[in-house]
Amino acid sequence: MIDFVGKKQWFFLISGILIVAGIISLAVFGLKPGTDFAGGTSMTLQFSPAVEQSQLREEMAKLGYDKATIQNAGEGNFIIHIGEITSAEASELAEKLGAELDSQVEITDYYSALPTIGAETARNAIIAVIIAAVAMLFYIVWAFRRMPSPFRWGTCAVIALVHDVFIIVGIFSLLGLLAGVEINALFITGLLAVVGYSINNTVVIFDRIRENVSRHISPDFAVTVNSSIVETLGRSLNTSLTTLFVILALFLFGGATIHYFVLVLLLGVVIGTYSSICISSQFLVVWEKREWSALLPWAKRTA
Amino acid sequence: MRRRNVYLLIFILVLFGFALWSIVPLDKNVFDREGLRLGLDLAGGSYLVYQADLSGIEPGTENEIMDGVKGVIERRINALGITEPVVEVQKYEGEYNIVIQLPGIADIEKAKETVGLFTVLEFREQDAAGNWTPATGTVKGEELTLTSRYFKQNTDVVIDSYGKPLLIFEWDETGAQLSEQITSRLIGKQLAIYLGDEPLRGEDGHIIAPTVRAVIEDKGQIEGLSLADATELKYLLNAGRIPVPLGRWVNGVFEPSVPLYERTVDATLGADSIHKSIRAAAIGIVMLLLFMILYYRLPGLVACLSLGVYGVVLLSIFKLVPVTLTLPGVAGFILSLGMAVDANVLIFERMKDELRGGRSLAAAVEAGFNRAWPAIRDSNITTFIACIVLFWLGGTLGAFMVRGFALTLFIGVALSMFTAITVTRTVLRLIMGSQVITNLAAYGVTSFRTARNTK
Repeated sequence: MIDFVGKKQWFFLISGILIVAGIISLAVFGLKPGTDFAGGTSMTLQFSPAVEQSQLREEMAKLGYDKATIQNAGEGNFIIHIGEITSAEASELAEKLGAELDSQVEITDYYSALPTIGAETARNAIIAVIIAAVAMLFYIVWAFRRMPSPFRWGTCAVIALVHDVFIIVGIFSLLGLLAGVEINALFITGLLAVVGYSINNTVVIFDRIRENVSRHISPDFAVTVNSSIVETLGRSLNTSLTTLFVILALFLFGGATIHYFVLVLLLGVVIGTYSSICISSQFLVVWEKREWSALLPWAKRTA
Repeated sequence: MRRRNVYLLIFILVLFGFALWSIVPLDKNVFDREGLRLGLDLAGGSYLVYQADLSGIEPGTENEIMDGVKGVIERRINALGITEPVVEVQKYEGEYNIVIQLPGIADIEKAKETVGLFTVLEFREQDAAGNWTPATGTVKGEELTLTSRYFKQNTDVVIDSYGKPLLIFEWDETGAQLSEQITSRLIGKQLAIYLGDEPLRGEDGHIIAPTVRAVIEDKGQIEGLSLADATELKYLLNAGRIPVPLGRWVNGVFEPSVPLYERTVDATLGADSIHKSIRAAAIGIVMLLLFMILYYRLPGLVACLSLGVYGVVLLSIFKLVPVTLTLPGVAGFILSLGMAVDANVLIFERMKDELRGGRSLAAAVEAGFNRAWPAIRDSNITTFIACIVLFWLGGTLGAFMVRGFALTLFIGVALSMFTAITVTRTVLRLIMGSQVITNLAAYGVTSFRTARNTK
């Protein structure tokens, strides 16, 4: 039988490094807010024949848009985000770009929003994530109400949830820096779906732990938890695989509009599966045994 | 027991047949507009959100006024024959927003015109060539077109002594001067009423173009309209201008006519998105099915059948409710296919445990279902919670795409619980009962002995 519980310090170390790296990236570089959160105008420009991103950036700078965020969406499509301009001005801009770059340009997606409203949407998004987390906590406390200290189960599940959210947000902070990837309402949508998915996995494992505790399969809680993880491992991996198949197909072939939305889901499935096995259940053991020193990577291994 | 399963199977087959029939009208493509309702990001079109400036109205009448605004905009859009427009009033933090979705209009300027913020009803006369051109006159040295702007807001329909409806109206000062000039040169000729580039049409499809009988100064009447047309025109003329300014608030200052949000998606981009989603879904689903069959063998095959029922019934629900499919919604649908398998995986893993524990096939199937159920129920509720929060978020502001995802995922997960339990269980029970396939290898368990040894 694979010993997951015995390796918990390694899991905490890996997760700790990922989270700290994410928080540092977030603190230093932040996130690139998209039109939903920062307002302004974003549009998808379709060039035929395709042009180079560097050429487009140069021309945009010449026209006074040197701060534009430009994302290459493939097949001659570029998603640009600039300060607010009207649709008439946008058409004019597209025409100028086409003339300078000697290519046919079409605006296939024009989106404009007021900056101050964007800030409100951002606030709502954060509230939504917090509400979701609190609702999950209450739900798990309720679902495990017959267990001793149900609050503990809920807290451990939410720790895994926060873990997943921080890692994904950290990755997108880096992506924003490296590839100009922006955060939009769809990002939050993906994040909340991930929150649901992560807790879903955790609940399946917790459910088995609950069953095994009541069957008294071992006096040692750590052994019970480990058996439960191993028994549900087939399900955890297979469900993640089937979900990954369809998400991966969407990521590779689904087109530019939802590319990064699908990436959130993709990361979420992988990280959510990992955290349900290696974080939430392990926290349960640590809490039960009061082995708080296990959280510190330099502490002596106790397993 | 056996009989009950046969009945269940018949029910499932009927449901499947009905769903299949409902989603595939023979002459329509599955993703045709008549087939499924597509959102703006898939069908192309415009999305506009305006705030209302209610500072000039009596407190307490806001809801009434906004309903009026909604009605005016709806009538204008309907007059243009746009299919499935959506006009909604949203109250958000004390502000009243009007949300307008116009599928098929990919020119935002035209969309704004359609909403009628800049244009009003316009009168046109026929030139020598028979083309309708704006009817103009000169007031204070300025050439002006006669429009509904100059009507007083007291247009009404009365029934004359012969029982015929009459539309009576009154011009304001400028309107009266224009009307006098125009009607005096047009006696015996027609005047048509245009909304944008389209003439207003009566319920029988004819252009509404009354013949001028006399010079009209400040008051006049239109005869020969049907009661329905006259009433419609009365509304349109009285609502010639939207009762409150629409625009947006920027730091406490109202900017009229500028939408808070605007989005326009080109139809070709939408078509491309549909094409790519279908291809991605096909590839993902084939991989998923192969995996299930190779890993779980016979139960895997049954799971694939139940997934087929799931997919068809889900599309049917989307169409019959109807649920407007947006691009994230399609992603939610595809994601739900992956997650729908989860319930089956949970059950099959339990079944394998039971088989390894030495139970008979039939007992293992029953125990697998019964013992997996709490986990299926509890785990899916978390997805429901996430969907509900998302639905709230999607409703707070202009992010209509968020709702589509939440809704499709919610319906998908709910349905997947039903299909996994009902369809998979019924088919598996019938196979058990028929005693056709009893080889354990078909259930993914190599043999009793090796299975026991691994335990």
